[in-house]
Amino acid sequence: MITGHGLRDAVLRRERSAEQIAREALARIEVAEPSLRAFITLTPDVAIARARAVDAAVARGENPGLLAGVPVAVKDLFCTKGVRTTCGSKILEQFSPPYSAAVVEKLEAQGAVIVGKTNMDEFAMGSSCENSAFFPTRNPWDARRVPGGSSGGSASIVGARGVPLAIGTDTGGSIREPASFCNVVGVKPTYGRVSRYGMIAFASSLDQAGPLAADVRDAADALEAIAGYDPMDSTSVNVPVPHYADQLRTDLAGVRVGIVSEFERSLESDAPMSALYRAAYAQLESLGARLLDVSLPHAKFGLATYYLIAPAECSSNLARYDGVRYGLRVADGGDVFTMFERTRAAGFGPEVKRRIILGTYALSSGYYDAYYVRAQKIRTLMKRDFDIAFAACDIIACPAVSCPPFELGAKSDPVAMYLMDYFTIPMSLAGLPALSVPAGYVNDLPVGLQIVAPAFEEGRMLGAAFAYEQATRHAWAKTPPVAAAYAQRESGRNA
Amino acid sequence: MAEVPIDIGHVSKLARLALTPDETASFAQQFAKLFDFIKELQALDVSEVHPTAQVIPLHNVLRDDAVRPCLSRAEALANAPDAEGPYFKTPRILE
Amino acid sequence: MSDRAALAEDLLMEAVIGLEVHVELATQSKMFCGCRNEFGAPPNTHVCPVCLGLPGSLPVINRRAVEFLCKTGLALGCDIAAFSKFDRKNYFYPDMPKNYQISQYDMPLTTGGGVRLPSGRLIRLTRIHLEEDTGKNVHAGASIARSNYTLVDYNRAGVPLMEIVSEPDLRSPEEAEAYLNELKTVLSYIGVSDVKMHEGSLRCDANVSVRPAGSSELGTKAEIKNLNSFRFVGRAIAYEIARMRECLRAGERIVQETRGWDETRGETHSMRSKELAHDYRYFPDPDLVPLTLPREELDQWRAQLPELPAAKRARYVSDMGLTEYDAALLTEARPTAEFFEAVASASGAPKEAANWIVGDVRRSLQKHDLELSASPIRPEQLASLIRLVKSGAVSGKAAKEVCEIVVAEGRDPQAIIDERGLAQTSDEEAIAAFVSDAIAANPDSVAAYATGKQKAFEFLVGQVMRASRGKANVDIARKLLKDRLG
Repeated sequence: MITGHGLRDAVLRRERSAEQIAREALARIEVAEPSLRAFITLTPDVAIARARAVDAAVARGENPGLLAGVPVAVKDLFCTKGVRTTCGSKILEQFSPPYSAAVVEKLEAQGAVIVGKTNMDEFAMGSSCENSAFFPTRNPWDARRVPGGSSGGSASIVGARGVPLAIGTDTGGSIREPASFCNVVGVKPTYGRVSRYGMIAFASSLDQAGPLAADVRDAADALEAIAGYDPMDSTSVNVPVPHYADQLRTDLAGVRVGIVSEFERSLESDAPMSALYRAAYAQLESLGARLLDVSLPHAKFGLATYYLIAPAECSSNLARYDGVRYGLRVADGGDVFTMFERTRAAGFGPEVKRRIILGTYALSSGYYDAYYVRAQKIRTLMKRDFDIAFAACDIIACPAVSCPPFELGAKSDPVAMYLMDYFTIPMSLAGLPALSVPAGYVNDLPVGLQIVAPAFEEGRMLGAAFAYEQATRHAWAKTPPVAAAYAQRESGRNA
Repeated sequence: MAEVPIDIGHVSKLARLALTPDETASFAQQFAKLFDFIKELQALDVSEVHPTAQVIPLHNVLRDDAVRPCLSRAEALANAPDAEGPYFKTPRILE
Repeated sequence: MSDRAALAEDLLMEAVIGLEVHVELATQSKMFCGCRNEFGAPPNTHVCPVCLGLPGSLPVINRRAVEFLCKTGLALGCDIAAFSKFDRKNYFYPDMPKNYQISQYDMPLTTGGGVRLPSGRLIRLTRIHLEEDTGKNVHAGASIARSNYTLVDYNRAGVPLMEIVSEPDLRSPEEAEAYLNELKTVLSYIGVSDVKMHEGSLRCDANVSVRPAGSSELGTKAEIKNLNSFRFVGRAIAYEIARMRECLRAGERIVQETRGWDETRGETHSMRSKELAHDYRYFPDPDLVPLTLPREELDQWRAQLPELPAAKRARYVSDMGLTEYDAALLTEARPTAEFFEAVASASGAPKEAANWIVGDVRRSLQKHDLELSASPIRPEQLASLIRLVKSGAVSGKAAKEVCEIVVAEGRDPQAIIDERGLAQTSDEEAIAAFVSDAIAANPDSVAAYATGKQKAFEFLVGQVMRASRGKANVDIARKLLKDRLG
């Protein structure tokens, strides 16, 4: 399996050129795309130009950075200057931002080679990538199945080993769930760890950018590259960014791991899933960790709480899409307010409309206290649950998902889809860092283990994930079907 | 299934979102299921609890009063669906 | 109803007025982004992703805007909140880049405080809060109603706005104008705004209602908008009060609504739209964090406040013996007050200083179309002129001429006097000689004066002045003539 850090090391040692690497990635993507459809926009020319710049810097004796020459895919929710940014929506189908997101600038500053913008559920609302206004993305392990969402395209192309690294966003599980579905590592940092400037907003108090990567080491380097204080984001925290790779460890001696009673009970009736997670916890124990029970008594209110707060914030964040300054406009001779209504009706998909209506209602006069404020109070209770839990343990290990990747169309009922976020929502509401790391297979389909840490303890979390990963190497156990096609093409070319 | 208290027609006007009758009907059904979960929240005693306004305890994040480079007019208007001279152009405002 | 009864009723109804004043703060950059805060720039040249509401943009609070608002609050005796936050006010309009305005709802930066009118009445304030301004809609054609399309300029979007809300303590259109004047003066003293209503850096909406005199309940109010000058404010309020009284007299109920002032017709008309009232769905802005200003910072800002107009007026009257009228004129603008104080101090003659500034200096400035701060005149120069007049070195009449030149050119008065030969002599011996000559040369006038003809005396004074080529101190000439002739 190709890793980002492997490629970077090769580039810095001048064993391979960044341009060569970029071309190979683009070739793999070309093979994978017809079945996967992970990308909305590919930027091969920009990628080659940037790769050449990295090579030139290396030739001058400079170090282009942590991600030197690494091909990276970026979720189409991040503004990329001069490159179409759609957010998976018709309402932004032709939008070309005049500026780049802080995350994008940081990636470029570390020598990353961005190859394109990946598909996603529209405005990050969804758990399967089926809500993209353009087309669904497929799971690289089984093309009839979803890659997860909303960072579906990012997870899929990394899972397909087209690129070793992608950037996604996680609001209620949108990095962790697709990471689990596609057999990759996906990290949601502490809220405030990574700048949100230039990241198209869904739910402002929950959104965070994070890496989806081939392995934990790559995720650690990528997180280090994109994290850090940004004066353009008032919610960005001024805390130093450690060299996370230093905290990767191969054992868990002395680490207290909390197992969440409520979560375990909820999976009891699913034998294969329970078995997989019990095996994962046992593995942690065999690495020297001490397991103990913790309780998150308010976790069961997570869904309702999240589906009041997130829609409320998004109903306000999405008000700006009105056809005046950018994006789609549907004007047919009426007045401007009619133009707003028609533009938004034509430009937004059903899930986005549902959440706007729900959110507007939750904030509206007479209902604000009963819904929005109450949900924010329950959020406080959920945070407290974690504070109490982390007084007793160092990290929490729990399921990332309730099932392996499902088939396209299987969860047409919106609420059934919302339930996919059950295990990932509480950490988002509490603003805590959490990741998903490959934990094995059920019916030959990947399932991820979630690890949660206290605020700003990404190092501790990545360290534990690394230990687990190195001991189990689940992601190395199988190869996604599409990867076989790469080998064919590459050997065909070399013949 | 819970009673759905949302007047979808009224709310869609507030949100400047024109819904079809079909959409209104299907949303009502879908919200009903969600409200099964939401009504459970009403039972909790939160009288002594403060709402989480910010999940990170930051205060007083301010910037100096300095002028920074901004967009050129061309950049600002580049994505405009309709423009006239230096202005963005929209249909007329009917109060 | 009979006229007498109607009049009696009028006398029993009082007007209750509250004003909401929006003030654009004179910061360099906008409230939440680094775009230049400048009036009159070419459209859409001071815009960025933040103030255009582009996807992905985020606000960051301008520290100076907070400082300006707090200084305003401190100057007006308000309580500065220990904890304050920003909220989103959600509504759709083409001049709103995000279709929500970042404002403050339930925890404004200040509460309480008041503005004291020259009459002595204190008009209490409810609150002062910070928010961002909207862009500007420009309409093709004469009015909104007649144009086919709207053009939008976002230069103004994001400019910091301070909203000052008064309690409904005002009782007349005159009081409303006095309140606005005093508020405007205080704001320009502390330097937080240009307060130019014609440029939109000060805007005013009025809430007007009537009720039986002595009642403590509030009547139904109307909110009057589109008031573009202090005069319009007074006229619109007067019109509205009369309209409401007429309404009640006719037995109709007053409707709570928004009304716009039409200056050409001199009336207000209803602006009630057919659709639903705004539900702003306020909630705390999740992109911003709260303000908890430390006491030390507030103390520092308080220490930086200048002496305010009311305090100056009181001091001028009690310590310097000026009339209230002169004190009011001198304190209208801070540069004038400071100029006066410098002149009074340098010349030791505050009353004369006041007279000169309020009189000849002001006239000369008007004549040359200058503001005091743009004129080259320096306080020492006016003080010097005052001393020269007092010492008799120059006549009052000649001094006026000198003053105008000093205002226009900022030169030393003595130099101007010398140049133009304007010095007058107060040398009694020399003047006595001219007096003797005049008496000797005009025996008929002397005789006429002896018979009581005052005109003859004036003629002789004129002769003395002629002989001295206008340089004799006319008061001394008179005195010596009187001494000689009785």
